[in-house]
Amino acid sequence: MTPAEFEFLKKFLKDKSGLVLSNDKQYLVESRLLPVARTAKLDTLSGLIGNMQRGGNSKLENDVIEAMTTNESFFFRDKTPFDHFNDTMLPALLEARARTRALKIWCAAASSGQEPYSLGICLKEAGPKLAGWRTRILGTDLSNEVLEKAKAGLYSQFEVQRGLPIQMLLKYFDQKGDMWQINPDMRAMIEWRKLNLLDNFSHLGEFDILFCRNVLIYFDQQTKSEILDRLAKMVPDDGFLVLGAAETVVGLTDAFKPVPGKRGLFQRKQAAARPGAVAPRLVAGASTR
Amino acid sequence: MKQCLVVDDSSVIRKVARRILEDMNFDITEAEDGQQALDECRKTMPDAILLDWNMPVMDGLEFLTSLRGEDGGEKPIVVFCTTENDVAHIARAIRAGANEYIMKPFDREIVEAKFQEVGLI
Repeated sequence: MTPAEFEFLKKFLKDKSGLVLSNDKQYLVESRLLPVARTAKLDTLSGLIGNMQRGGNSKLENDVIEAMTTNESFFFRDKTPFDHFNDTMLPALLEARARTRALKIWCAAASSGQEPYSLGICLKEAGPKLAGWRTRILGTDLSNEVLEKAKAGLYSQFEVQRGLPIQMLLKYFDQKGDMWQINPDMRAMIEWRKLNLLDNFSHLGEFDILFCRNVLIYFDQQTKSEILDRLAKMVPDDGFLVLGAAETVVGLTDAFKPVPGKRGLFQRKQAAARPGAVAPRLVAGASTR
Repeated sequence: MKQCLVVDDSSVIRKVARRILEDMNFDITEAEDGQQALDECRKTMPDAILLDWNMPVMDGLEFLTSLRGEDGGEKPIVVFCTTENDVAHIARAIRAGANEYIMKPFDREIVEAKFQEVGLI
């Protein structure tokens, strides 16, 4: 791959997906795109990029974007966000939404589905506390390929052993040959949609909890700020935003504030600090449901 | 330093497991079958046991059942590590008192994830 070819790829990925590729990521490009080149019978990266430069091959362009933006995912990845979900977010919202008894969750980088399913398991485990509630989980991702996998809910023995407690495997999965499939009940809890965070997403409506972990890291500062500001419009004041362990909103937006002592957890306003500001919105939010 | 007893009739598996667990700061003892493991536990009760199922002399399930009946035998956290990967075997292991279950083949990430799951690291 020549420097000019790398530059072309950088610009292409930035324009189409927002992914910022630094110059030290040549190895990543090679390991991710050589299989794409081979599948398309183009043999080399130069062949692949040459084909993209001639334009008009949207299937290939899509495959390149997917290959470069797909990440490994585990069940209950990093654990802490799910502790926050069970111990902080769920209790707060059980109280705040007691009247409407509806809870909407959005996983904005759902990848192959482990995060939404992990949240689904948390909801099931909350059991009687959520009896009679309408809960909805939306999983979106840029990649069709991972969404297909997510929808099928079919995982290898390796995948189900990373982060998933064995009791949860027995309780929520069925063995299918060498694979494990999350049961139909759980699959029915989640709606999947293809979505690019660079595009408009305001039509999705309002969400009480928004998981957007380890995806903003791929964008530049300005794009991060812009996405966070648009996400803020989707979350009521007492709702929650969850970012990756190494991510923050500080210096990017004023629309979210860190929840003290809860790493990776953010709220529109700190409810405790501004009780007067929260109450009216809460009522308004409830009445639209 | 936490003690982990690695029980497997394959010396290769014991070696691989030892390497992974020593990196996780465990002090390792080894046993080749359930009877040896039981003898080890009667000397010193470990904090954790990584346990194969199919072994000569005494198998993993038999060992676990005996262990849980011993004085102090409820203390060790037992993680099965076996090629038996069907629901029936897993359920039997859990009923017998296993805390976690690894299906072979395993790697470092799986061992770490499972040990984290049961609060050993």
